[in-house]
Amino acid sequence: MELRINGQLVTVPESISTVLELIHHFNLENRMIIVEQNQTILEKKEHEITKVKNGDILELVQFVGGG
Amino acid sequence: MLKIGKYTFHSRLLLGTGKYPDFDIQKRAVEVSGAEILTFTVRRMNIFEPSQPNFLEKLNLENYSLLPNTAGAKCAQEAVRHAQLAKASGLCDMIKVEVIGCDKTLLPDPVETLKATEELIKEGFTVLPYTSDDVVLARRLEELGAHAIMPGASPIGSGQGIINPVNLRFIIEQTKVPVIVDAGIGSPSDASLAMELGADAVLLNTAVSSANDPVMMANAMRLAIEGGRFGYEAGRIPKKRYATASSPMEGMSV
Repeated sequence: MELRINGQLVTVPESISTVLELIHHFNLENRMIIVEQNQTILEKKEHEITKVKNGDILELVQFVGGG
Repeated sequence: MLKIGKYTFHSRLLLGTGKYPDFDIQKRAVEVSGAEILTFTVRRMNIFEPSQPNFLEKLNLENYSLLPNTAGAKCAQEAVRHAQLAKASGLCDMIKVEVIGCDKTLLPDPVETLKATEELIKEGFTVLPYTSDDVVLARRLEELGAHAIMPGASPIGSGQGIINPVNLRFIIEQTKVPVIVDAGIGSPSDASLAMELGADAVLLNTAVSSANDPVMMANAMRLAIEGGRFGYEAGRIPKKRYATASSPMEGMSV
């Protein structure tokens, strides 16, 4: 399955079906992470139930230092 | 006490978290500063480097209120998206609206700042817009329902201090919500002056993070802001053109 994540085309296994599984795939489960899927921002509780499909555009963002 | 919307704070120093030499110095500076509100920004994660450290994850977040900013936004729409992304973390509903309109000076775009503030207030955020020191703009932001007004002292990161105390005082005098002087503070005396002018708080970042000793400077800023606030509340004497003796003149011939 091909996804566009943070502007990059990324191929991930077809077995990944949800946003939470995608987060696990990249070993980001312990990170504070915010996900936007096809321009829809997801609440954290939605990660587990939101399906990922081929061609999805995802933004995975975090807080970084700033003033 | 500093009251911003539904929140109450003891500290009047808001600290940014950018550009520290390392996480240990940053953590110690944050602790010494006494700040209860920390600012951050939202950026894409490097998904291929899951082990890269993040300062925020080293903090006990229960001790702090988070004030994400919308830095990087060039228009209201982008600022609103940044705010929504930050809120989706579930960690904060406060947002510092920052829409830069000039790459060279990093001065805010007043029109887009107004638009973003209006939209985010409608969406239920606690909104703190970063603005220039424009008196009328500050009034317009307050009329929209902004929970605090954040006029810059001078350009972001410039360390020039307060370049227009007259305008800042006008804003402070006419504004009922807290006025937080944000950007351009270079030294403890700059921060103290902001507080002596009557500001409710100061937000700074570079003055601490880029100091030779950020931890000591964080402490200096804390003390300066406390001193400036006490000075404001105590009420300074008016300036006079000529001297007035402090010692009594009676009994001089004894």
